[in-house]
Amino acid sequence: MFEYLNIIFLETYKVLFLLLPVLTAVALMVWLDRRVWAFVQKRRGPNVVGPFGLFQSLADALKYLFKEIIIPASSNKIIFILAPIVTMTLALVAWAVIPFNESLVIADINVGILYLFAVSSLGVYGIIMGGWASNSKYPFLGSIRSAAQMVSYEVSIGVIIINVLLCVGSLNLTDIVLAQENLWFVIPLFPMFVIFFISALAETNRPPFDLPEAEAELVAGYQTEYSGMMYAMFWLGEYANILLMCSLGSILFLGGWLPAIEAFPFNFIPDFMWLILKILFLFILFSLVKAIVPRYRYDQLMKLGWKIFLPMSLIWVVITASYLFYFDLLPSN
Amino acid sequence: MLAHSLFFYIFAFIAIFSAIMVTASKNTVHSVFFLILDFISVSCLFIMIGAEFLGMIMLIVYVGAVAVLFLFVVMMLNVAQQKKQWFSSTESSKHIPLGFLISVIIFFELIIVVGGWKFKPDVVSSISLSFNDTDISNTHSIGNVLYTDYIHLFQLSGMVLLVAMIGAIVLTFRKRSGLKRQSYFSQISRERSDSVKLIEVESNKGVNIDD
Repeated sequence: MFEYLNIIFLETYKVLFLLLPVLTAVALMVWLDRRVWAFVQKRRGPNVVGPFGLFQSLADALKYLFKEIIIPASSNKIIFILAPIVTMTLALVAWAVIPFNESLVIADINVGILYLFAVSSLGVYGIIMGGWASNSKYPFLGSIRSAAQMVSYEVSIGVIIINVLLCVGSLNLTDIVLAQENLWFVIPLFPMFVIFFISALAETNRPPFDLPEAEAELVAGYQTEYSGMMYAMFWLGEYANILLMCSLGSILFLGGWLPAIEAFPFNFIPDFMWLILKILFLFILFSLVKAIVPRYRYDQLMKLGWKIFLPMSLIWVVITASYLFYFDLLPSN
Repeated sequence: MLAHSLFFYIFAFIAIFSAIMVTASKNTVHSVFFLILDFISVSCLFIMIGAEFLGMIMLIVYVGAVAVLFLFVVMMLNVAQQKKQWFSSTESSKHIPLGFLISVIIFFELIIVVGGWKFKPDVVSSISLSFNDTDISNTHSIGNVLYTDYIHLFQLSGMVLLVAMIGAIVLTFRKRSGLKRQSYFSQISRERSDSVKLIEVESNKGVNIDD
């Protein structure tokens, strides 16, 4: 019995040690996102609360915490309350398999990449549940759009992951990073990296693909009826998902925790810092895209996903597989 | 081992409970959500017996894609409230014989499958053979079987899926007239010279824009 308690205590400690930094990072990322956005548009952005406005997200969170939670009378109450919880939980659960260095990972499972893919494909349920349970037109339209969008772009992300897996020969995330010791996959698979980045934008409902919450057409999409802490949970879950996609991108293509150059000034930086720097780089790209690109039309979004990205990534699978096969480079184990 | 069996019973209970609730709940959308819960707990059971690849594929394919489409259909058809439940109405009791027939067939199929494990031990041994080799993860061992011994069946099932996909597209595809389509290439390749014309207008004459 004591043994079990010990295990539970240890695991809880590990989970807390991971989740607290992730949640803090999410709050800071919201601030960074707004600052980058403002920088591009020659505004100042949030700069009042704390040094450089760093505590802005904290102030926002406090505000949400003390606001009343309004549950619409004709909503489906259980599912309405469940929806933000599902979004938030799924966004945090996925961090269990992200390796920060060779030993710093909570669950080093065999099928890590499949787990990440599965959890990110479950993320659509929070949005559908929220939109449907609100029992209102705009949220419902937003959730239907979002579900179609996420399911379509998942297909191309899945095929892109197959490209990387062909080069690695393992589904374990640590193995995927270690396979890039000589060459980051961003160089041989550069077109796939671009498609992955754009699909990740669509998968996380970021601009220019933020049609589920397009405020010009749908008020706020699936979040319209939510208020107070429940809205904040959707919002936190969304940003946690964006961070997750950035870390997935840096693990699959940018070599995870591996330093850029194995030379003097670079190998002084601890390896988990490298992963964090790469995540930051991808995140700043995300917010730059938000600042400079106008919103897509919905039919164009679908066309891009099914008629351009899916065939391109499928063709690239064939090219990668035949290249590896004919030059006898297939990983063997 | 205690924790293992505890978790097994938790997941098994959730699976059976939600499977019952799929048929028993009044609201069709709730039924689909219970179906999703059922899929998730079954994939947890797969992971617990060490078939983590199957469990994850189950999550990705069924929960991530198929159940989303179920939800779509159920929500769009607006059949949310079923007034009568179970066999209370005469209309639904008409289908009892058919449902009974199908369940009998499934029951005998299950008996054949389970009996096959019992009466043909070489099948079991050939499967457990690949499990004994601890160096190979079960993803590899599935691949080793699927792409060697069963490659024809595998490709055949792929062809069946492809035919089903093309069939669905053909059935729903209709050519509509009067639809305005966008051509990216003609849009992008438009230049100033073939779309804007500068006209010197004499005063008090005006221009005829209908030209």
